[in-house]
Amino acid sequence: MQHESAVELGVDLASKKKARLGVWFFFIYFFFYAGFVAIGVTNYELLGKKVIGEQNLAVVYGIGLIVFAVVLGIIYNWLCTRYEDALNKEETI
Amino acid sequence: MIYGVSYIAIVFFLFIVLMVLGLSFYFARKTKSASNYYAAGGQIHWATNGIAFAGDYLSAASFLGICGMIAMVGYDGFLYAVGFLAGWIVALFLVAEPMKRLGKYTFTDALNAKFKSRGITLVAAISTLVISIFYLIPQMVGAGALITPLLGFPHWVGVVLVGIIVIFIVATAGMTSTTYVQFIKGGLLIIFSTILTIYIFNNGLSLKPAIGDMEFPEYMVLDPEIEDGKIISVEGYTVQNQMEVKSIPIVKLQKGGVDRWFNLVDIDGVPKLVEMLSISENESGNKLYNGEPKENQKFYQVGHMSKIVVDGKEVDKTGPIGPFKFLSAIEGGELVRFSELKFKDNDLKVSVFYQNFTSGKDFLLPGLKYKIGKGSTPWDKIDFISLMLALFLGTAALPHILIRYYTVPSQRDARKSTILAIGAIGAFYILTLFMGLGAAVSGVFDVESSNMAAPLLARGFGIGIFSIISAIAFATILGTVSGLIIASSGAIAHDLIDNYMNKNQTDKQKVKAGKIAAFSVGILAIALGISFKGMNVSFLVGWAFAVAASANLPAILFILFWKKTTAKGVIASISTGIVTALGIILTSPTMWDRYGFDSADAIHRLENPAIISFTISVLVVYFVSLATQKDNIKRLKAES
Repeated sequence: MQHESAVELGVDLASKKKARLGVWFFFIYFFFYAGFVAIGVTNYELLGKKVIGEQNLAVVYGIGLIVFAVVLGIIYNWLCTRYEDALNKEETI
Repeated sequence: MIYGVSYIAIVFFLFIVLMVLGLSFYFARKTKSASNYYAAGGQIHWATNGIAFAGDYLSAASFLGICGMIAMVGYDGFLYAVGFLAGWIVALFLVAEPMKRLGKYTFTDALNAKFKSRGITLVAAISTLVISIFYLIPQMVGAGALITPLLGFPHWVGVVLVGIIVIFIVATAGMTSTTYVQFIKGGLLIIFSTILTIYIFNNGLSLKPAIGDMEFPEYMVLDPEIEDGKIISVEGYTVQNQMEVKSIPIVKLQKGGVDRWFNLVDIDGVPKLVEMLSISENESGNKLYNGEPKENQKFYQVGHMSKIVVDGKEVDKTGPIGPFKFLSAIEGGELVRFSELKFKDNDLKVSVFYQNFTSGKDFLLPGLKYKIGKGSTPWDKIDFISLMLALFLGTAALPHILIRYYTVPSQRDARKSTILAIGAIGAFYILTLFMGLGAAVSGVFDVESSNMAAPLLARGFGIGIFSIISAIAFATILGTVSGLIIASSGAIAHDLIDNYMNKNQTDKQKVKAGKIAAFSVGILAIALGISFKGMNVSFLVGWAFAVAASANLPAILFILFWKKTTAKGVIASISTGIVTALGIILTSPTMWDRYGFDSADAIHRLENPAIISFTISVLVVYFVSLATQKDNIKRLKAES
């Protein structure tokens, strides 16, 4: 199958910096995700502890991971846009 | 399970499905006249694209599977929601930008961008085919699950119906699932799931839930006469049989020629017989539900709370309740789940579903399906880690998922629409927690198939919302299945026959080969959809994610981030990933049960293969690439 881009994106001088940022953000999220799994297998009882209001850690952590993904995505987008503005001044992206 | 047919629901359903199909064809015709699909995509607003992204991703697994699994095993189902969403992080942060830098937009293209190797074409096509088929199975199972409560047809009719419609669409018109159709589907699914969740909060919790026109069944409790541990008589019944299955004492009683199964339990020190649901199947395949034919409607939907605690006080019902109180009331209370036991009673195959009293605390923790707490074995823990790994790594490795990232005018728009998609999908997944829990405690759960939980919950609240939600889910399945069949037939006709075998086909021959491939994959999907009936669709999608993560992700990450990667390393990694993941899945306890053996006799205890298959695949691409560095030097020389 042939797959083509919708648009020609041109030269992006910020791409390396964005890729590096992506790797960093991946590891930040992975740390918290792995933390959830690690608590589950090493200290299961902790997941049952009530942490916020009447909610246990499992519920708060699970919903927290979903919300955290969105928050990280927004920050990532903001930083990437700044890099593009700074490095691609004369390029159209 | 038998459901009465509602003609209003059918009319609503047909109207919405036809509207979505009509829109598909309308936009497909429009995009044909444009230079290409992506040029049209280039003009799409990022917000529209973002919701369309969500519409693409939220397949049957998300709506039917996750809600169903939460209704059945509580928090373990929510693990899938967390993992499915976390997978987007890998896709957005690790794969999308670098892959764009490579100038390629799909895995097959990206994998072969550097090497242009026939071997990679072959294994990438096989990988696309295997993953698509694994993804197809849950969609077809979901289709069958939807059709049963809606039209009253058996599961297989739904599967065949979807198969025929999709084969027809693909073989005659070719289906271009457009952004606007996905936008409408994604948007409607989120809106109506929100409405359903509001219904749940408004309805609150009750010890005897009776939503809509449904009545709460009073479960029979009998007093047996026992001597030396054996039941000798029960008033009004004759004792037929008594046995223990997996240490649970059960008894068959007869009254008026009807056999019923009961569970012997101890209630406050007094032995009691508590009613169970039962399905018995004779050698010719005829089934009795609670001892009677299906039409007599003696088999009912289940799931309720046996204790509700609000602000430290036990109550019979809560009335309208907020989301946090809803969660804490369930956590502080006790639920009645119905757990299955399978056994043989002479020449009858019997499944009984006994009342399993589960504390709310346990229900809102992982462990009812994936045991990781007290009494768990190392295998159980490895299986849990393996599942979470597959869900995390699988999304980015699905062959079709990133294409939409490149269909808006600029990179900024691409990122913004992806983030909007993550937000919309995340919000939907939080709703699945409430919809799943709502289905668990509202007396709507069908023990024969967890996949029906959310639509049946909607059915309780009204025919309107039920038919709309079912129609959206059905249309989503049609779209997903069409896309997967097109991808699979493309892998066979274009990648394998045309590129790998170098057959110089005419355009007409190519189209014919594609149609034959689509037809064959469609038939295979129907057969698999029927044979996997009753299995939770999220669990099945978990397998597709595991195969994708093992076969594709190591290869793509090494190509993107390690210059020493060689074609032979990539080929070996993809092949090993597919073989090990498939090998572990096909010998897993669940498959052992599907083959008709005792799952306890399976040759290993692992349900989810990623922890082994992904690791092996990573090691293989690394070591084989190191061992074949000469190839890389040759390639670089040739390029310079």
